[in-house]
Amino acid sequence: MKNTPPETTPFFARDREWHPPAFTPGYKTSVLRSPQRALISLEGTKSEITGPVFGHNILGEFDNDLIVNYAKPGEMALGERILVYGRVIDERGRGVPGALVEFWQANAGGRYRHKKETYLAPLDPNFGGFGRTITDEDGGYAFKTIKPGPYPWPNGVNDWRPAHIHFSVFGHGFAQRLITQMYFEGDPMIWICPIVKTIPDENAIKGLIAALDMQNTIPHDMRAYKFDIVLRGRRSTFFENRKEGN
Amino acid sequence: MVQPLTYFKESASQTAGPYVHIGCTPNFSGITGVYDTDLGSGPMVNDQTRGERITIRGFIYDGTMTPLKDAMIEIWQADADGFYNSPSETRGKADPNFFGWARQPGDMATGEFAFATIKPGKVPFRDGRPMAPHVTFWVVARGINLGLNTRMYFSDEEEANAADPILSRIEHRVRVPTLIGKRDGNTVTFNIYLQGENETIFFDI
Repeated sequence: MKNTPPETTPFFARDREWHPPAFTPGYKTSVLRSPQRALISLEGTKSEITGPVFGHNILGEFDNDLIVNYAKPGEMALGERILVYGRVIDERGRGVPGALVEFWQANAGGRYRHKKETYLAPLDPNFGGFGRTITDEDGGYAFKTIKPGPYPWPNGVNDWRPAHIHFSVFGHGFAQRLITQMYFEGDPMIWICPIVKTIPDENAIKGLIAALDMQNTIPHDMRAYKFDIVLRGRRSTFFENRKEGN
Repeated sequence: MVQPLTYFKESASQTAGPYVHIGCTPNFSGITGVYDTDLGSGPMVNDQTRGERITIRGFIYDGTMTPLKDAMIEIWQADADGFYNSPSETRGKADPNFFGWARQPGDMATGEFAFATIKPGKVPFRDGRPMAPHVTFWVVARGINLGLNTRMYFSDEEEANAADPILSRIEHRVRVPTLIGKRDGNTVTFNIYLQGENETIFFDI
């Protein structure tokens, strides 16, 4: 990591018109799980602007290769082979180095490896469906996987999730903590999904759609999708902060 | 026209969904052999960690008072002397035997979560006044579109809580107890209510 001064300022305020609101009746589960009272604003103190740092020692050799990390020796997961890559940046456009990025997904048939999962599509004995990596000095990350399938889910009587990969991201401060989902360019299922539609702003949805990038395909092996993730930016330190109330 | 501001927008949040445990606590969800352990699930303290040992336990309740059984909870806290184990901690060096962050799924059968940790020290507010000891919580689950942030303070810190810059400026005093973990011996009970009369205070941090 570069020898930069410690980041000690609070984060930009979160734009709550951009994120999905808590109460989104089209996504039924949110109805009873959405706080109804106003959030209380808490300008970043040490408790929010600090955060844990994860070292590369937590990573196994194949944590960023979902095609093989659960497969039997010599075997591989079934499905369309893809490389997912991108950068974790902040709202200023600066790379976020050392960010832990975790991802999980359904298999090529749209089935998760989970005891509560009831979809009739079969499990792939060689696919676990999760991995993780830590961003490099420029915030870059990459992993190999298979393209997940769409699947039906109990919400409306005929609701389907578009193909997607879940992402959990740590920045440098606990207030940057974010979970989101990546969708795939050109998928018509995106625009009819009740979970996607919890996001009120069309541009915010577009920001979650990974682009097919034929320049980064691995010839005769896998296609590439580019997915950048933006975390909250930190305020500037032009001047010392005034004490509260002054 | 004016000069453009060249900021990006934060990636929009999406729910962690019902299978967050596959990605974040795979061994807990029954998928073994890929990660040695689930990140953040191990003991938060060792023999050398300074501070008073406590266990934080609780449930997360939905609007019908049914406990969530598919939530994931993360906590972040200072060490016994009030220092965070983070590069952004510039006041001093935190206890090297205390990482300060942990992650737990709620129990699949009951929904209860538990963190075996230490009681944190006081951390200064932005103006230097001490904040009462507290633990930062982040809750995600199916049906939660954007992770929920709250804090747990301690019932055995009445005086510090009364002087706490965050707690003391909450207008509706009747809601303050939703942020106080109830201490009984070494167990601190902290239930989180997503809705209802006792809806927990959540913060826009």
